[in-house]
Amino acid sequence: MNRRQANHTGPPVTGESPWARRALITLALAFLGLMLIAPLVVVFTEAFARGAGVYLAALTSPHTLAALQLTLGVAIISVSANLIFGIAAAWAITRHTFRGKSLLLTLIDLPFAVSPVVSGLMFVLLFGADSLLGPMLEDNGIRILFATPGIVIVTIFVTFPFIARELIPLMQQQGAAEEEAAVSLGAGGLRTFCLVTLPNVKWALLYGVLLCNARAMGEFGAVSVVSGHIRGQTNTLPLHVEILYNDNKAAAAFAVASLLALLALVTLALKTLLEKRFSRPAQAPHTR
Amino acid sequence: MSGKASLIAPGLKPRAGRVLPGFGISLGYTLAYLSLIVLIPLGALGLEAASIGWDAFWDIATDRRVAAALQLSFGAAILAAVVNMIFGVIIAWVLVRYRFPGRRLLDAAVDLPFALPTAVAGIALATLYAPSGLFGSFLESVFGLRVGFTATGVVLALIFVGLPFVVRTVQPVLEDMEPETEEAAASLGASRWRTATRVILPALAPAMLTGFALSLARGVGEYGSVIFIASNLPFESEIAPLLIVIRLDEHNYAGATAIAVIMLAISFLMLLLINTLQALSRKWLGHE
Repeated sequence: MNRRQANHTGPPVTGESPWARRALITLALAFLGLMLIAPLVVVFTEAFARGAGVYLAALTSPHTLAALQLTLGVAIISVSANLIFGIAAAWAITRHTFRGKSLLLTLIDLPFAVSPVVSGLMFVLLFGADSLLGPMLEDNGIRILFATPGIVIVTIFVTFPFIARELIPLMQQQGAAEEEAAVSLGAGGLRTFCLVTLPNVKWALLYGVLLCNARAMGEFGAVSVVSGHIRGQTNTLPLHVEILYNDNKAAAAFAVASLLALLALVTLALKTLLEKRFSRPAQAPHTR
Repeated sequence: MSGKASLIAPGLKPRAGRVLPGFGISLGYTLAYLSLIVLIPLGALGLEAASIGWDAFWDIATDRRVAAALQLSFGAAILAAVVNMIFGVIIAWVLVRYRFPGRRLLDAAVDLPFALPTAVAGIALATLYAPSGLFGSFLESVFGLRVGFTATGVVLALIFVGLPFVVRTVQPVLEDMEPETEEAAASLGASRWRTATRVILPALAPAMLTGFALSLARGVGEYGSVIFIASNLPFESEIAPLLIVIRLDEHNYAGATAIAVIMLAISFLMLLLINTLQALSRKWLGHE
C-alpha cells in the first residue's frame, strides 16, 4: 500500500534489496567514473600540468589561433548549410505527400552509417589528382582538397542528418493543421512558415544546431583525410591537438583539447536545458 | 476526386498533400543538396570500386595485413558493443529506477562521448591507460593487463564512444515500462531475480539489440579516439580505418577503396543479421 503511494509522489519503487540497489548504483558510478569522467578530468589536469604560463602560451600561439579561426569558420558554414537543408527537407517530407519518401529518409540518414575516414576517402576520390573533377577545377584555380573548401564539404557531409533528423519527427508529430489554417486564412507560404511553423519547432531547431555544431567543431577522422595538415592553414582544432600530441607537446595538446572539452561541456549543459524545454519525439540516438 | 473525397463537401476538407505551398522548391532543394553532398561522393566511391577489377579486389581483400586490420576492427567493435550492452542496461536501470544525489548530472554525463571530440577522448584515454598512466600502471602492476598500445586499448576506446548508444536506446523503454507487469510477477511469487530475467530483460531485448547495433556500427568505423591509444602496428593494433588512411597517404586509392567497400559490406551484413534477430526476438519474447 505504501509502495503504490510512493509511486505517485516521487521516487519510483523497485523490489530490489537495498544491498542490490547500492551495488548497482556503485557499479554504474564506477563505470561512468572510470570511462567518462576520468578522461574529462585528465584533459584539464594535463592542460595545467606545466602551469598556467604554458597553458596560455599554447592557447595564444599563432597556430592555435589560426586553427580556432578555421574551426569556427567551418562550423558556421556547415551548420548554416545543414540548417537550410534541414528546414527544406522537413517541409517537403512532413507537409507534402510524394512517392519515395522513406527512401529519401534513409538517404538523409546515410552519412551516419559511413565511417568518418570513408567519408573523407569519398571526397578524395571525387576531387583528388586522379579524379575527373579535381584537375579540371585546379586548372580554373579552384582548390578543394587539402584546402578549406574540402574541410567544409566533408564537415557538411558528416553533420548532414543532424538538423533534419530533429525537425522531421517533430513536424510529423505536430501535423499540418495549423499551417493549413493559416494558408486558408490567406497567409502566404513564407509568412506561414515564419509565424506558425518556426515558433512550433524553434527548440528542436536549436537542439539540432547544437548537436550539429558540436560535431562540426570536433570532427577528426574525415577532416584529417582531406585536410593535408598544413599548419596555420588547413589545421582545425582537433587536428592541431593531434599534431601537438605527436610532437610530444602533451601540455600544449591538452591545453587546446581543453577548449574542445569546454565546448563539449557547454553543449551538454545547453542540451540538458533544451530537453527540459521540449520533449523530443522518441527516436534512436544518432550522434555519431 | 477519389470516391472517398467526393462524399465530403468541396472546400471543407483540404485535399491531403498539395495544400501548403513550397513543395517544388523545398523538395527540389532537398534533392539537389542531397545529390551534391551525399549521392555524388558515394557514386565516386562506387565508380572507383568498380574500376578495381575482381582479381585485384580479391588480392586486397585476402592480403594478410588487411585481413588482420578488419579482424581487429570488427572483433574489437563486437567486444566493446557487448560490454556496452551489459553496462548500458545497468546504467539505464540505475538512472531510471533509482533516486540518488548526482543522478541528473550522471544522466547528462552519459552523452559526453557524443559531445567530446574523438581526438580529445583519444589523447585523454591514451594518457590514462598508457603503461605509465594512472590507470594503465595500476592495471599492469595489479592484474598484469596491458591496455595502452594494445588491442585491449582499441576495445577500451570503442567502449567509450559506443556507451551512450545503449543507454539512450534502453532508457526510454525502461521509462515507459508498466510497473504492473513486474508487480504481477512478484505477486505470483516470482523472485526479484526471476522477474528481472524473465520479465524485464525480455522486454528490453529489442532496445538492447538496437543499442548493440548502433554501438557496433560506430565502433567499426571509429578512428580518432582509437589511433592514440593503439600502437598502430600492423598485425598488432592497426584498425581498418587507419589502414585506409595509410593507403591514401601512399596514393593507393584502389587499396583504400577496396578496404572501405569491404568494411561497408560486412557492416551492412551484420546490421541485417541484427535486424533479423531483433524481429525474431520481438516475435518470440512477445509471445512468452
